[in-house]
Amino acid sequence: MYVYDGYDQTFLEERVAQFRDQVRRRLAGDLSEDEFKPLRLTNGLYLQLHAYMLRVAIPYGTLSAAQLRQLAHVARRYDKGFGHFTTRQNIQYHWMKLEQVPDALADLARVQMHGLQTSGNCIRNVTADHWAGVAADEIEDPRVYCEIVRQWSTLHPEFSFLPRKFKIAITGSPNDRAAVRVHDIGLRMHRNAEGEVGFEVMVGGGLGRTPIIARTIRDFLPKRHLLSYLEAILRVYNQLGRRDNIYKARIKILVHELGVAKMAEMVEAEWRSLKDGPLALPAEEIARIQAHFTPPVYPDSPVFTPEFDALRLSDAGFRRWLKVNVAPHRQLGYAIVTLSLKPEGGVPGDMTADQMDAVAALADRHSFGEVRVTHTQNLVLPHVRRADLPALWRGLSELGLATANIGQVTDIIACPGLDYCALANARSIPVAQRITQRFSDLARVHDIGELKIKISGCINACGHHHVGHIGILGVDKGGEEFYQITLGGSEDQNASLGAIVGPAVPNEVIVDAVQTVIETYLSLRRPQERFLDTYRRVGMAPFKERLYAAA
Amino acid sequence: MPLLKGGVVAVDRWQCAANGETLPADGPVIVPFVRWRAERETLIGRNAPVGVRLTNTDPVADLAPDLDRLELIVLEFPKFTDGRAYSQARLLRERYGYRGELRAAGNVLRDQLLFMQRCGFDAFELTQGQPVQAWVAATNEFTVFYQPAGDGRNSAMQLRRAAILAN
Ligand code: SF4
Repeated sequence: MYVYDGYDQTFLEERVAQFRDQVRRRLAGDLSEDEFKPLRLTNGLYLQLHAYMLRVAIPYGTLSAAQLRQLAHVARRYDKGFGHFTTRQNIQYHWMKLEQVPDALADLARVQMHGLQTSGNCIRNVTADHWAGVAADEIEDPRVYCEIVRQWSTLHPEFSFLPRKFKIAITGSPNDRAAVRVHDIGLRMHRNAEGEVGFEVMVGGGLGRTPIIARTIRDFLPKRHLLSYLEAILRVYNQLGRRDNIYKARIKILVHELGVAKMAEMVEAEWRSLKDGPLALPAEEIARIQAHFTPPVYPDSPVFTPEFDALRLSDAGFRRWLKVNVAPHRQLGYAIVTLSLKPEGGVPGDMTADQMDAVAALADRHSFGEVRVTHTQNLVLPHVRRADLPALWRGLSELGLATANIGQVTDIIACPGLDYCALANARSIPVAQRITQRFSDLARVHDIGELKIKISGCINACGHHHVGHIGILGVDKGGEEFYQITLGGSEDQNASLGAIVGPAVPNEVIVDAVQTVIETYLSLRRPQERFLDTYRRVGMAPFKERLYAAA
Repeated sequence: MPLLKGGVVAVDRWQCAANGETLPADGPVIVPFVRWRAERETLIGRNAPVGVRLTNTDPVADLAPDLDRLELIVLEFPKFTDGRAYSQARLLRERYGYRGELRAAGNVLRDQLLFMQRCGFDAFELTQGQPVQAWVAATNEFTVFYQPAGDGRNSAMQLRRAAILAN
């Protein structure tokens, strides 16, 4: 993984000192809350319902064991002993005290971490495929380019006061695990006819109250021009993006209002003046960053061992875990293991400091000291010897992190909702908890198969409900919590937005409604057919009928 | 309103002449962009320095042919959260090669000063009554920068490359 050099470390320490001074001025009354707000936001500090929330960036979801230990330390020392992994591969601490934040940031800086650009109207921390560097289907490791973009976008003087926040995601695989089509800019690496690897550039995707799938403005961008092209897009957006209405300020609205052809034309015109300037990336610079992401040297390791075979035969729990939590690795004899942060009745994405320390130890023992954070709020150990899987499974089971439900009905994404968030209409977390309790039987969960439920507590859609196979959106009806259900959303390479089934349902029946949708699917599905495929085949009508039949 | 320039409070020798106001008989004058467009010949013929004040939606490209006639360009930050003038500044400096004074006006706050300077501003109309050292300190909080911009400072990437080539 990328390791800071003297420039990076100096910068980060200067940043910590700067924010310490800003906090001091705020506490002394020299800065008004209005003036302080954008300053704290660019350091990841929000003011929520009950306390300050600090959001710490985990660039492109890659963590070292040492960094995870430091996250545990921050949780213990400055928060209530836990942290919350988010849909943007970040971690949030919900119970911070303003006067302690500078110290927490100084502790994080010691392991090259920070809260920079995790909020505010700037270029947010860049996200990537959580299987980067190990996925069997990968063309190139997208983190190399994420790191290049991270550096370029860090305190960018021109783009720190954009009309609205700006999110960039990169995938290096044809199977998109980074949801690039629902980002302000999505970059997909692919090979052109000459065999050269570059980027398809998509702009204007996003969820929120106007969900839009990104449109392609350039089929192939050579790597050398990555930064100049991004700068051109951002410059067009900074000048023309709407600032009169916060709900129309994202780049997706600009693309929609200009039309994608006009947008492409303006970006290309701007780019022609920038492309061979100081932002051009020399091949040696790309190679220098690439060297940081060289895969570990994998000692030979068997695909099967007697212990593995015996456990697989004797234990249905292990078999289920292998089936959905373990994925093929590009190296023979190795596997990618996903740790479920979605236990029955748990808060999606929450993790205690003790669990973090324990996972750091497991990462050291079984995964070359490396951990990943997924945008589905789980963790990944990316380089596990298959021979170690029985031991790892036992270790994770003891920690409550081996629930065999990845990609299944109980692997739910939920935003913080009304339990924490000032903007919420309804709670999200308790709905997720109740669904996991309703579907606690893992045999049944596996029978239902791949199914992605995503829950947002308001139209801002932090829980990505638009792209859930089943999406749940909290709405407020006369002071009561109601939930609107959408079906058929997806965020992968065949991205689609869910359609609303019908009127929102009250809190008491939302879990029954989800169950009805699932039972309808089970009665209609063909052998091996996933929920999403059944829905796409039969359409909305049968679901709607069953759901509202009784009403 | 104090004017910060070159790290010190400078005397502002410029007068403003809004649309419709009579031009002062002599001395440097700042006019709005629309007035510059309408009365360009008169202003050039005045034989005293001319500056132009742009709103943050005025197209800087239109000034490109006249940049060497202008000694001052004022760009506006109606709210500090409105960052359009940063792009205008970089275009003026980096694309069109403007060399005169580039002044930031409006909601100019200490914590944005470094961003402004990086984009090519070299003069600031200060709105907060803080000691000048605080403003100067704000532009010295960092020694490492990650992008090439309008201030000519080297980016970390450029410095790394230079170090490698020197070895
Ligand atoms: S979706 Fe709404 S309720 Fe949920 S975290 Fe985002 S803003 Fe808050």
